[in-house]
Amino acid sequence: MTLAEKILSEKSGSKVEAGDIIEASVDKAMSHDNAALVIKNFEKIAEKPWDASKIVIILDHRVPANTIKTAEAHRKIREFVSKHGINFYDINYGICHQVMIEEGHVKEGMLIVGTDSHTTSYGALGAFSTGIGATEMAAVWTTGKIWLKVPETFKITITGKLPPMVFSKDIILHIIGKLKADGANYKACEFYGIVENMPLADKITMANMSMEMGAKAALFGGDGEGVYEKEFEFDVSELSPQIACPHSVDNVKSVEDVEGKEINQAVLGSCTNGRIEDLRIAASILKGRKVAKNVRMLIFPASMKIYRQALEEGLIKIFAEAGAIIMNPGCGCCLGAHEGILASGEVAIASTNRNFKGRMGSKEAEVYLASPATVAASAIEGKIADPRKYNWVRCGE
Amino acid sequence: MFLKSKVIKYGDNINTDVIYPGRYLEITEPEEMAKHAMEDLDENFHEKVREAKIIVAGKNFGCGSSREQAATCLKYAGIDAIIAISFARIFFRNAINKGIVAIECKDAYKIEEGDEIEIDVEGGKIKNISKGEVYHVKPLPPFLLNIIKAGGLIEYMVRK
Repeated sequence: MTLAEKILSEKSGSKVEAGDIIEASVDKAMSHDNAALVIKNFEKIAEKPWDASKIVIILDHRVPANTIKTAEAHRKIREFVSKHGINFYDINYGICHQVMIEEGHVKEGMLIVGTDSHTTSYGALGAFSTGIGATEMAAVWTTGKIWLKVPETFKITITGKLPPMVFSKDIILHIIGKLKADGANYKACEFYGIVENMPLADKITMANMSMEMGAKAALFGGDGEGVYEKEFEFDVSELSPQIACPHSVDNVKSVEDVEGKEINQAVLGSCTNGRIEDLRIAASILKGRKVAKNVRMLIFPASMKIYRQALEEGLIKIFAEAGAIIMNPGCGCCLGAHEGILASGEVAIASTNRNFKGRMGSKEAEVYLASPATVAASAIEGKIADPRKYNWVRCGE
Repeated sequence: MFLKSKVIKYGDNINTDVIYPGRYLEITEPEEMAKHAMEDLDENFHEKVREAKIIVAGKNFGCGSSREQAATCLKYAGIDAIIAISFARIFFRNAINKGIVAIECKDAYKIEEGDEIEIDVEGGKIKNISKGEVYHVKPLPPFLLNIIKAGGLIEYMVRK
């Protein structure tokens, strides 16, 4: 059986296989600022949630509140969680997916739904996790159940030895570039090969970004013995740093084909690449160097825990001395809803997950996606740059 | 259930960021959301939707963010149905949960902007009146049809 079949069999109480439509019991239901919309729907259909201990709300999208509307939404959420005793992480925790994992809400074999497309991240720990909308979440809060079609699974195996300054972000961008934006639509993806031995942070990046090829879930920790719809193998021995060019995540090129493109903003952080490992890599490149004069470098650690660790390891000092701006943990400018907005004609390189038209502000701006190393190298040079020319300097740990 | 209207046509991989930009996520009133529908994709959308209530698109319609506002804004702008070669999975669920008819049709590429079509939702048929063609599609399962007929998941649950 595939991991999806195993987990969904257990959660539906019967043996299921790909293609079956089932009703499954949810282990955890996560929402962020859009909990305000969930609450609005929920209050029309129920008085009490099915199990408050299984609901988690984490404020991260527009924190601290940037408008009165957002402040009112946050207030409504705080009142609601306190009334019902729901697990709640206010604006001093961090990005929902990172906080879910840090605070122990994610365990192997769980079924987790979240009102965020990057809920697929928890597959790094072997959970079947997927994104849903706010209305559907209101129904989950009411019944604890959701209907799902058991997905077919792709087996994706990564082979070879990853070259220096090439990372799991480059691997997953490469895969998305090959499979395309709808290449894994409705499918579960199981990952095998060298990525199985990578640190959790790298697995989270890959599970997180699998959403960008449409995956319903992305899972690590399988036995590879299931019936797979398709099998893929990628040898990464010769892989260059990868860049997703405007305006789609599957428009992926090697850094050699894009370097030299002038940038206005460099963004390091997000649920995709804002973990301590990512900050260390960027710091190793930025140490003793300066962000280019015409570049604004914004750094958003994925959580306060990571922020504090980066402080202790001296990474924040390196960033500040390099001239970067260190922001509070949160989704920040990734989705153009809060701070770090781009003007028309501006170009950003970001370690985030989407580069759609208008994603980071003006629809006449451009966003290039890359690894933290490529973002840091580009910030120094003021243009998209190859991180392989920088030596690894040990920072932190 | 029959729906008859002119068509607004879009291409492949229309993502939820262009359907409903992130800068408007704080809006909670659906009528207000509708004003920003398709803002980063098609500046003539609001003019078109006055007489065209059906969107026809290519592959992977609604990919990207799980934001339900992308479905809500289209509904309140006047869209009753979306036909696409394929949908991104979260958008498909959101559309149905908001009471929009969402139908996968491999022949969607044959339908052009301005064509008048009629959808026979239960019968699984799309009649292209302008071109004199009929396309067959897999009808939605009854439990999803019931949600659409109720006007969305919340309305469906309230009635139950």
